[in-house]
Amino acid sequence: MSLSTVLTWIVVLAVFLITIKPIGQYMAKVFTYQPTFLDRPFGWLENGIFRVIGVSRESDMTAKQYGIAFVGTNLVWVLLAYFLLRIQNILPFNPQHMSGLNPLLAFNTAASFTTNTNWQAYSGENTMSYFSQFGVLSYLQFVTPAAGGAVGIAVVRALSGRKLGNFFVDLTLVCTRLLLPLAIVVTLILVGQGVPETLGAYFQAHTLGGQTQLIPRGPIASWEAIEHLGQNGGGFTNANSANPLENPSAFSNIIETISMGLLPIGFFYFFGVMTGRRKLAWTLTAVAGSLFMIMLALAYFPEVAGNPIVNSLGLATHGNMVGKELRFGMGGTSIFETATMAFTTGSVASAHDSFLPLSSLSFFIGMFLNMVFGGKGVGFLNMIMFVIITIFLMGLMVGRTPEFLGKKIETKEVTLASIAFLIHPLLILVGTAIAIHSPAGLKGVYNGGPQGLGEILYGFTSAAANNGSAFGGLGAALPFYEIALGIVVIIGRYASVMAMLLLGQSLLKKKTVPETSGTMHTDTPLFAGILFGAIIILNALTFFPIMALGPLAEQYLMLAHHLF
Amino acid sequence: MVRMFRPMIGVTLLLWVLLGLLFPLVMTGVSNLVMPYQAQGSPVYVNGVLVGAAHVGQNFQPSPDYFWGRPSATLSVSTGKAKPYNAFASAPSNNGPTSSALISDIKQRIAYLLKTTPGLTTGQIPVSLVESSGSGLDPDISVQSALIQIPRVAKYTHLSESFLTGLVKNNTLGPSMGLFGRTRINVLELNLALYKALHS
Repeated sequence: MSLSTVLTWIVVLAVFLITIKPIGQYMAKVFTYQPTFLDRPFGWLENGIFRVIGVSRESDMTAKQYGIAFVGTNLVWVLLAYFLLRIQNILPFNPQHMSGLNPLLAFNTAASFTTNTNWQAYSGENTMSYFSQFGVLSYLQFVTPAAGGAVGIAVVRALSGRKLGNFFVDLTLVCTRLLLPLAIVVTLILVGQGVPETLGAYFQAHTLGGQTQLIPRGPIASWEAIEHLGQNGGGFTNANSANPLENPSAFSNIIETISMGLLPIGFFYFFGVMTGRRKLAWTLTAVAGSLFMIMLALAYFPEVAGNPIVNSLGLATHGNMVGKELRFGMGGTSIFETATMAFTTGSVASAHDSFLPLSSLSFFIGMFLNMVFGGKGVGFLNMIMFVIITIFLMGLMVGRTPEFLGKKIETKEVTLASIAFLIHPLLILVGTAIAIHSPAGLKGVYNGGPQGLGEILYGFTSAAANNGSAFGGLGAALPFYEIALGIVVIIGRYASVMAMLLLGQSLLKKKTVPETSGTMHTDTPLFAGILFGAIIILNALTFFPIMALGPLAEQYLMLAHHLF
Repeated sequence: MVRMFRPMIGVTLLLWVLLGLLFPLVMTGVSNLVMPYQAQGSPVYVNGVLVGAAHVGQNFQPSPDYFWGRPSATLSVSTGKAKPYNAFASAPSNNGPTSSALISDIKQRIAYLLKTTPGLTTGQIPVSLVESSGSGLDPDISVQSALIQIPRVAKYTHLSESFLTGLVKNNTLGPSMGLFGRTRINVLELNLALYKALHS
């Protein structure tokens, strides 16, 4: 490992480790309505919003109301986005005269951005007007992660024995107290590194080589900030954070990587403060953290060793540079990609389709598990889902009714957790199966062999996990994928979230049972080990067959120098 | 449900004004006041003519008297044909590890470098100079990638190899913040220095 790789990793991981506690404590203050230092700049604004829309911090909702508010507001956003994208040609801030989007692409884009997926069947720099970029899509990049975070916050309140709170209050507070202040800071840092932030039209350059080059610009830095802070991942341009316009230096790469992880990781400690079980929060953080480190190693070492077929050509250096940018270095690229898959951001600083098979295994693991911290709030709910299932399995082994946070885990909770768990593989595997059995689905494949299967599988996994990155070879702009993936992102987003909201409420209604000597403790290394094992086994049972047909088959064919 | 229409639509509109309008427009204003050069996209001018943006790579491949950047897989939007360093449609090749197109592209690029550069051997070529980048707009090459091009540039510009070696050394960028990422050369910057050496 090079010194630069070691330094990059240390800085990113150290920032994560140092900020988890203060961010968690700060969030706990904000969402129990205690005073913080941001009351002065934002308090009056929030109070004004609450007054106009007729809600207050005290108007608590039931799980059903909270869920309806969440889904209903999302519906408003989808319709608004669809409408504005269709007519972008007559709206202002359109210096490149982009035309309105066709209905299918507008549906796919509106659905994908509203569900916080940010799957893109278009290239931003030659499709979207500046208004669509900042007034529609970048706006959704604020409110949709805020909505997901709000649901996570409501469930944590329920788990800590509090009432669920009000969706509209939580939505607003996530925006004003978490995302907006951080986005302002990150935007300015990125502009300093050379990310454009302007409304001026594209440059027409006359190059030294005697050619012309049209260079896109736009309000890119503000987009980039919220793209990563909200684990959104949709790029301003097609190449996303590989594009030097979005990510011009190794330092901007580190800033974007850190931006992705701050809130999802802090959310784990927020849970610890709210429930008064900090040790449990650290236990869950350790489980997710060790999975993160495994993903990081998988995304790095095979790439440094390089593609054996290319290595046999006898060049001066090894290392897979296909689809990678030089400035980040292998260490910067690998930690960015690990972060984007762990936190379900889905932005990319390199081309995932061109990664070696074992590294792409790391990407699949991130999306299959969907709880290696995950998106803020939503990823934590997935972690709780695995905790409930693990506790249930342990209860079966010792033959007593399991407890979590002092509440008995019974049929209803286990059923809801199982539903939340099973929806994910159902969407991925059934979707992939349909695609490979239809000519329309196979038409989108670019690479041959197992990599082609991987492209389809990656698409459905990314949609179900609300990740949004792609094996870019897949023809995402085909009507089949615009429709199929548009549907998958919607089910993937709402079904599991609703199940977890109901689970939270069901636990809240139960009486607390006192701890006895027979209580299984969930904050010990033993439990961490069993949780880790259960997560691996459950997912391996579900996904190993398709992994054997995809990346693992590709690995053996690559070692045999087989070309497609 | 009906009672929720007001907050649903209200919160959507009010947050839109704050986050969809005020945030990007204020950030644009502030950035252009504080860091106008970067905010405008780091334009590079030579004698008043805009020749490119500092962070965006461009295609020098057709001119043997300039240093070349990494291969670029970008396409033309209108024709769908290869158009290297097309900043209007950033894209990688998306070739997978067992793609025959990947291997034949690499072999072709090696052959072209060997043909155009006097005295070059395959064992001297870094892999990054024959594998295409993630954006198709990578502005940088490694130091070794610049050094092996010197014999060709010297042949076509009639500048001495030792002068060009000095030029490469002077235009080598250290890691970002002195710590992170690769030591590298911005091809546009190096070629601007070359241009100035030839035209002064």
